[in-house]
Amino acid sequence: MSSFSVTEPSNRAKWFAGTLVIVYALVTMVPLAWIMLTGFKSPSDAISYPPKVLFEPTLEGYVNLFTTRTRQTPEFLDANPPQTWYEEIVREYDMVIAGPSKFGERFLNSVIIGFGSTFLSIFLGTLSAYAFSRFKIPFADDLLFFILSTRMMPPIAVAIPIFLMYRQLGLSDTHLGMILLYTGVNISLAVWLLKGFIDEIPLEYEEAALIDGYTRFQAFYKVVLPQAATGIASTAIFCLIFAWNEYAFAVLLTSGTAQTAPPFIPTIIGVGGLDWPAVAAGATIFLLPVMIFTILLRKHLLRGITFGAVRK
Amino acid sequence: MAEVVLKNLSKSFGENVGVDDISMTIPDGAFVVLLGPTGAGKTTTLRLISGLEKGDSGEIWIGGRNVASETPAQRDVAMVFQQYSLYPHLSVRDNLAFPLKSPILRTPPAEIERKVAEVADVLQITHKLDNKATALSGGEMQRVSIGRALVREPSIYLMDEPLSSLDAKLRTDLRVELKRIQANLGATLLYVTHDQIEAMTMATHVGVLNEGKLVQFGSPREIYENPNSLYVAGRLGLPRINILPADVFGNVPSGTHQIAMRPEHIAQGDGLEADIQRVEHLGDHNRLHLNLRGHAITTIADPATDYRPGTQIKISPRSPLCFDVDGNRIR
Ligand SMILES: Nc1ncnc2c1ncn2[C@@H]1O[C@H](COP(=O)(O)OP(=O)(O)OP(=O)(O)O)[C@@H](O)[C@H]1O
Ligand SMILES: [Mg+2]
Repeated sequence: MSSFSVTEPSNRAKWFAGTLVIVYALVTMVPLAWIMLTGFKSPSDAISYPPKVLFEPTLEGYVNLFTTRTRQTPEFLDANPPQTWYEEIVREYDMVIAGPSKFGERFLNSVIIGFGSTFLSIFLGTLSAYAFSRFKIPFADDLLFFILSTRMMPPIAVAIPIFLMYRQLGLSDTHLGMILLYTGVNISLAVWLLKGFIDEIPLEYEEAALIDGYTRFQAFYKVVLPQAATGIASTAIFCLIFAWNEYAFAVLLTSGTAQTAPPFIPTIIGVGGLDWPAVAAGATIFLLPVMIFTILLRKHLLRGITFGAVRK
Repeated sequence: MAEVVLKNLSKSFGENVGVDDISMTIPDGAFVVLLGPTGAGKTTTLRLISGLEKGDSGEIWIGGRNVASETPAQRDVAMVFQQYSLYPHLSVRDNLAFPLKSPILRTPPAEIERKVAEVADVLQITHKLDNKATALSGGEMQRVSIGRALVREPSIYLMDEPLSSLDAKLRTDLRVELKRIQANLGATLLYVTHDQIEAMTMATHVGVLNEGKLVQFGSPREIYENPNSLYVAGRLGLPRINILPADVFGNVPSGTHQIAMRPEHIAQGDGLEADIQRVEHLGDHNRLHLNLRGHAITTIADPATDYRPGTQIKISPRSPLCFDVDGNRIR
C-alpha cells in the first residue's frame, strides 16, 4: 500500500498515461519510420507490393538525392572505371555522376530562411510582448487584437496580393523576401505567446533590479530574459516549424535562388517517374534540423524556473 | 548614509489613498521604524522613497538632493521587499552579488567575494551560497533578500518587515546585527514592522501611520509614554493598553471621554474592586486578567504574588492618559 502524495501520481494513473503515450507515439512514428526506411531502399523495393519490410539496404537514394547523373556509352564506362563507392552505385544503371544536385543549396535556403525568420520573429516578438506586458500603451487591447487578427484567415488567402507586391518590390525569390514573409505570419503568434509568458514573470524582479542599480533595459536583459527562456524556446520552436514546413508560399514565390527544400524535394526525378528513395532521403534529412533544434531546447521546455521565489 | 526628508508627500491609487501629506525627517544615521496597521501606507512610503512609485505631490530629498527626477538606481537606496523577490534564475551567491555587479557600483571581483562572504556569515546562510534561490526555505529567502541590501552601503536602507518569517532566535540575532550596522557604520534605516519589540529595541525614532497619515513621530519612549492620540496609544504596548470610559474612576480633566492605562500603570491594593478572571505566570511577572464592572482589564503583578482566579483585587489608575471624544489626547 503506497501512501498518497500530492506530486507523485498513483501507479494506476502512471500506467494508464504511459500506455496512452506509447500508443500515440506509435501512431505518429510509423509514417516517419516508413519514410526513413524507404530512403535506404532500392527504387524497385520502394514501390513493390505488398510493401517490403525486410530489404537489402542501399545508399542509392542518398546518392541520387545529392547528384545529377547522365547515361554514358559502354565504351566510356569501360574506359573510366568508378573511383568511389557512390560512382559504383550509379554505374549499376550505366550512368555516371555529372555533378552535385541542387538539394544542398535548397536545404541551405531552408536553413537561412527558417532560422532567420524565427530569429527575427522572436527578437521583435519579445520586445513588443515586453512592452505590451509592462508599459501603459494607448489602445493596447486594440493593437493586440489587430495583431492577432492577421492570423484570422489562412495566410495563403492573400497570396495573390503578396505575389504582385513582391514582384513590384523585387522581393520575389529572395531570401529577404521569404524571411520577411514568414516573420510577418509568425509575429502575431510570437507576440501573443510571449506576452503570456512575460505576464507570468512578477514585476517585483525588475523592481528589485532597478533598486539594485540597473537600468530598465538592463533589468529586462538580466532578469526578465533568463526567466522568459522557457517561453522563448517554445515560441521559437513553433515559429521554426511553421517557416520550415511552409509549402504554398514557397512554391508561389520561389523558383531558383531562394527556393526552399519543401517545393524542391517532390521534383526529384528518377528513372521513369519520381525517385521515391531519393525523395524519402530528402525528407529524412529535411526532418533533422527541427528535430535537433527541439531536442536542444528541450531542457528549457521542461523547466519551470519562475516559480517559487516570490512570496504571494 | 544620508539624511532623508519627506515634504508633504501624497500618493493615491485612484480611489485608494496610499499616503496622505506625509512630512518627516529621517536624520543621517537614524533607525526609523514605521508602525501602522495593514493598508496604512507603509509600503507605499518606502516605494515612493525608492522611486518605484511616483508621488502625486510633495518632495523627497536624499542627502540634500531633490530626487524627483532620479531613477531608483540613481537614488542609491537599498530595499528589502515585503515579498522578498530573489532572482530565481540565479544562485544565492549571484543574488547577493547582483547589486555589487551593477553598472553603478562596478565592484571588483575580489571585493564582491569578500562582501558576499561577510554578509552570508552575518545572515548565517554561508552553507546555502551555492543553492538555487528557489531551493530555499521562506526564512532563508528572507535572509538572502536582507543580504542583497546589506552588501551595499546606500544612502538609506528601506526594509519592509524584513524579519517577519524568521524563528525567534534568528530574529534576535539579526535585530542585534541590524542595530550594530546602524550604530557602528552609521547607516540610515527606514524599517517597517508590526513587532513591538523590534520597534522598541532598535528604533531611534518611531513614526506611526494611520490611513496614509503620519499621526505621530518621535522616540520610541515618547510614543509609548506620551501618545498624542488613542490610536497611537493602541499601536504600542503588549498586552494592549487598557481603555475605559472616563467615568469609571472619575477624577479626570473636563472633556475627557476615555482614559487609557498601560498594564504597568495600575496600582493594586487600593481603589475599585475587580474580579480576577485568569492569572498567567510568565516567570518574571504574572499577568492578571480582570473584570471591572464589565470592562476587561489586563495588568501585571510581581511574580511572588499569589492571586487566585475568582477572588477580588482593588485597583486604581496611576497617571492615566485622557482622551476626548475624537480620540485626541487631553493634557
Ligand atoms: N498598486 C496599488 N494599486 C492600488 N492601490 C494600492 C496600490 N498599492 C497600495 N495601494 C493602496 O494603498 C494603501 C496603502 O498600501 P500599503 O501597501 O502602503 O500598505 P501597508 O501599510 O504596507 O500595509 P501592510 O502592512 O499590509 O503591508 C492601501 O489601501 C492599498 O490598497
Ligand atoms: Mg506593506
